[in-house]
Amino acid sequence: MEIKVVRKVLDVNNTMAAQNRKLFTDKKVFVLNVMSSPGSGKTTMLGKTISRLMPDIRTAVIVGDVSTTNDADRLAKTGAPVVQVNTDAFGGDCHLAAHVIAKAAENFTLADVDLLIVENVGNLVCPAEFDIGEDAKVVVLSVTEGEDKPLKYPLMFRVCDAAILNKIDLLPYLEYDKGEAVRNIVQIHPGIPVFEISARTEDGMEFWVIWLKEKVKEKLNP
Amino acid sequence: MHEMGIAMQIVEIAVASIPEHLKNSRVQGVYLKIGKLSSVIPDSLRFCFDIVSKDSAIAGATLYIEEIPVTARCKSCNNHWTIIGPAFSCPRCSSGKIELISGQELDISSIEIEDDSNGEQSSANA
Ligand SMILES: Nc1nc2c(ncn2[C@@H]2O[C@H](COP(=O)(O)OP(=O)(O)OP(=O)(O)O)[C@@H](O)[C@H]2O)c(=O)[nH]1
Ligand SMILES: [Mg+2]
Ligand SMILES: [Zn+2]
Repeated sequence: MEIKVVRKVLDVNNTMAAQNRKLFTDKKVFVLNVMSSPGSGKTTMLGKTISRLMPDIRTAVIVGDVSTTNDADRLAKTGAPVVQVNTDAFGGDCHLAAHVIAKAAENFTLADVDLLIVENVGNLVCPAEFDIGEDAKVVVLSVTEGEDKPLKYPLMFRVCDAAILNKIDLLPYLEYDKGEAVRNIVQIHPGIPVFEISARTEDGMEFWVIWLKEKVKEKLNP
Repeated sequence: MHEMGIAMQIVEIAVASIPEHLKNSRVQGVYLKIGKLSSVIPDSLRFCFDIVSKDSAIAGATLYIEEIPVTARCKSCNNHWTIIGPAFSCPRCSSGKIELISGQELDISSIEIEDDSNGEQSSANA
């Protein structure tokens, strides 16, 4: 006998994410979910970004890391409050789930936060599937990865609102076809803004920071 | 990569979906729809499902996976088509303003429970 069910497998996460979104909206906090493969430069890029935002935009950070606290220590140097979370049993070590964000956010006084940045676990697959209640998702890709990454991980590039192509300071030393990488990103997500930056030299950072500030303002002072 | 967690959710939802009066019947199958754009790998998911379901109320159930193609609608010219390669603009007018109609599913559609019309449980509840 067939029993109709019709439920989303990720219902539990989606419900929690909706609760987060409501809480963050009530508290007037913009939430940014930053994703990438391991080592593409999220922590470096975020450190430099936060330095340009503070103190105007009061920023707090949640860092998802599998084992170490290095990233949290590095980001704490910006003066922003940072909470490190280790990924839990549900889904293993591959992404941050909505309930993990809810718990971690309890560490902040949300009334004093304008922007909450979540550095997700380095992985281009799983985080794309898990809503955490964010307002924008951003993917960081570095020029030391293949130009075809977007084609291999289409969901990630579809769900993101902006893409950052990092480590462009290394281009002179690589046989990397930047044009092709950008074309591949846009092929998966026509119209997506792509910011070409070097988190090391801070080349191109200003355009990304302006985009982010605009987004935050749109939500906080509509 | 998160197939184990997904499998746990599927088993949990399936177990919760067994109607009260059929609690002792065997669940034969769980029917799932997975969009082709989803990052879940069907073979890994079946593997994890077998491990997770073994010690649950749906032990022995088979996971049936229907893969859903990625289809889209063009917001500019209203064209409908199935996306096959990694290209997300309209093949008719090349607009990039598209809406995905299907392909991101990760849904349980139904469960199949053993029919035991002559069984004691069902008659007890009749
Ligand atoms: N040359 C160059 N190196 C960079 C740049 N950005 C980051 N790096 C280096 O890349 C390495 C990884 O950077 P992280 O910022 O730790 O990368 P991540 O994405 O946070 O890494 P995980 O959190 O471990 O996934 C470090 O050695 C950085 O110094 C850049 O723009 N140019
Ligand atoms: Mg990091
Ligand atoms: Zn069209």
